[in-house]
Amino acid sequence: MNKSDNIKEDWLFEIAPKNNSFSLNLDEVWRYRDLLVLFVKRDIVTVYKQTILGPLWYLIQPLFTSIIFTIIFNNVAGIKTGNIPSFLFNLGGVMIWNYFTSCLNDTSDTFKKNASIFGKVYFPRLIVPLSIVISNLVKFGIQFLIFIIFYLYYVFFQDMEVQLTFNVLFFPFLVVIMGVLGLGLGMIISSLVTKYRDLTFLVGFGVQLLMYVSAVMYPMVLLKEKLPRFGWLISYNPLAYVIEASRYMLLNEGEISFKGMSYTVVVTLLIFFFGLLLFNKTEKNFIDTV
Amino acid sequence: MNQKNIILKAENISKQYRLGTVGTGTLSHDLNRWWHKIRGKEDPYLKVGETNDRSTKGDSEYVWALQDINFEVEEGEVLGIIGKNGAGKSTLLKILSKVTAPTTGVIKSRGRIASLLEVGTGFNPELTGRENIYLNGAILGMTKKEITSKLDEIIEFSGCERYIDTPTKRYSSGMTVRLAFAVAAFLEPEILVVDEVLAVGDAEFQKKAIGKMQDISREGGRTVLFVSHNMAAVKSLCTRGMLIEHGRTIFLGDIDDTIDLYLKSSTFSYNSDNYIEFEDKNLPIQISRFEINSINSKGEFLKSSGVLMGDTIEFSIFVTVKQRYNNIKASVIITTSSGTRIVAIRSHEITDVVFESSSDFVFKAIVPDLKLMPGDYNVTIALAENNSTVSIKEECLGFSIVPNDVYGTGRIPKGNLFMYSEAKWELNQK
Repeated sequence: MNKSDNIKEDWLFEIAPKNNSFSLNLDEVWRYRDLLVLFVKRDIVTVYKQTILGPLWYLIQPLFTSIIFTIIFNNVAGIKTGNIPSFLFNLGGVMIWNYFTSCLNDTSDTFKKNASIFGKVYFPRLIVPLSIVISNLVKFGIQFLIFIIFYLYYVFFQDMEVQLTFNVLFFPFLVVIMGVLGLGLGMIISSLVTKYRDLTFLVGFGVQLLMYVSAVMYPMVLLKEKLPRFGWLISYNPLAYVIEASRYMLLNEGEISFKGMSYTVVVTLLIFFFGLLLFNKTEKNFIDTV
Repeated sequence: MNQKNIILKAENISKQYRLGTVGTGTLSHDLNRWWHKIRGKEDPYLKVGETNDRSTKGDSEYVWALQDINFEVEEGEVLGIIGKNGAGKSTLLKILSKVTAPTTGVIKSRGRIASLLEVGTGFNPELTGRENIYLNGAILGMTKKEITSKLDEIIEFSGCERYIDTPTKRYSSGMTVRLAFAVAAFLEPEILVVDEVLAVGDAEFQKKAIGKMQDISREGGRTVLFVSHNMAAVKSLCTRGMLIEHGRTIFLGDIDDTIDLYLKSSTFSYNSDNYIEFEDKNLPIQISRFEINSINSKGEFLKSSGVLMGDTIEFSIFVTVKQRYNNIKASVIITTSSGTRIVAIRSHEITDVVFESSSDFVFKAIVPDLKLMPGDYNVTIALAENNSTVSIKEECLGFSIVPNDVYGTGRIPKGNLFMYSEAKWELNQK
């Protein structure tokens, strides 16, 4: 019966306990690109079925958040936002912050939420978080549109100076960083959540706290000035750099440093690749623990 | 054997599961594992697993759902994997379809594997039938182009043309299944893994599904791994069989032999015994043991309380006597699980022979074709001398009738019935 000796080892693929964790199977993801497109389509089409306001919900949330931030932080606490109307300042921050949190939140329960489908059929699991990040881009697009509308309102009716520079062309790059960062963290969390459910609670709470050290509703310099002892908190936070930079590009307000941006890119890539490795490792056996 | 044709090969596949709740202890186990790993030692938890027997209480928290499974599948072969519930069939299919990784061992394949573990995976109720065909097809590994080229065939096969642009939440469950199976049936992988899909849909659709499966393997030359409890379907589809019990391969070979062995080892809802022994009460005449066996179509004797529809059943009543008895009569009465008596087989009604004996003997009733429908039955046996009953054992032993293609049509008699019958249908014009 022992024929294995003389069989030519030309197998198409092998299913083994643990693959080399550095084989990321990205070619497989590419083969399933049609599935990615269909998932994105499904997410967009089905989310607002049987709701009255539909995609309007995308607008209501950042608008109200920005209004409340303006009242609390700018009017009550008196945070100065330079030449920019506080509302627009907050809206810009909230908009890009929202993209990050929605990517993080939606990808962080990938395994748990899709356990039933993952338990029955194999496709590269990475498709699911990828599709989430892409379909959230649509949501972000709608929110960006409302930002533009308010921007134009301030320009035409409130005599705000237009300070657009060529920097604005780099804005999509920042959106990509946000998406990749959210995806990377989401993948790490979703992998760990399969075993340690505690993380679910930590994420919901942690993200809220994170917002306060990410320069969403204040300029980065402000925190460093007022709380020099905690300045490092914001200096090490890549999110703060992205939000600050995006306001710089859109509103010409704030500061941007080459050092800060390169730091952000490096951290983002590190988190992303670490997440990818962990995610690949988890996808092989999570169904036994989830 | 031509080695070139081996398309799939499993080597020492084992799978370990952890029992109980995963909660306290996970982190400490993980740390312990990691500590062993960095010292270059073996995983401390891999040793402690036990054979997976659901009914016995084990000491260890870890069990082996599969242990050392080895098999090879040739191209174009249809391998039936059979076994009781919890034997490890589904775990094996999950490993084959890459849903979960094995704990040890490796599976090597020369072709793409697609699985039909449960049809309709990923159907979104909000999307229309057409959109779901695309989504489901893509989940199963087809490209959009492939699906588009087969869309018409898929819709036609499903028989849901009228509803194709309606959200699937408005579909009946039968329609959803039809649509889902249709998508899966038009997959074109080299190896197809199928689990119990034929248990769905109405008779007409089941026939269609079995036919499609046969086409896939015969004409398409594709390899199919098939798991089912439907012995008729397994028999008609498969060329080879593998019997799994408690996570181990018991048998690998010809499909008929595998099914026979399965029935032999089969317990169904009764305990595995096909006999019962009665304690000695020191009476002058008493039943010491009762046995049910079956004889299959090839004339082989199977010690099993699982009987394939149409097979011969042999009831053996072992009697011990202390004196000479003339005119001994025995009855075997078959009752349904709810206690309704449906058949009585009485020696004195069937034959004129007068049974007599002065030493221990075995009374055998060989019933060539008890036309019972699949299900569980009980047997009451009675022993009489002249006209007085000397011993009666009410519903002392059970047996199960296992579905089979008794008419040779590929269709299994169905319904909540006790009996079936052969018949000849004619149409006479007046």
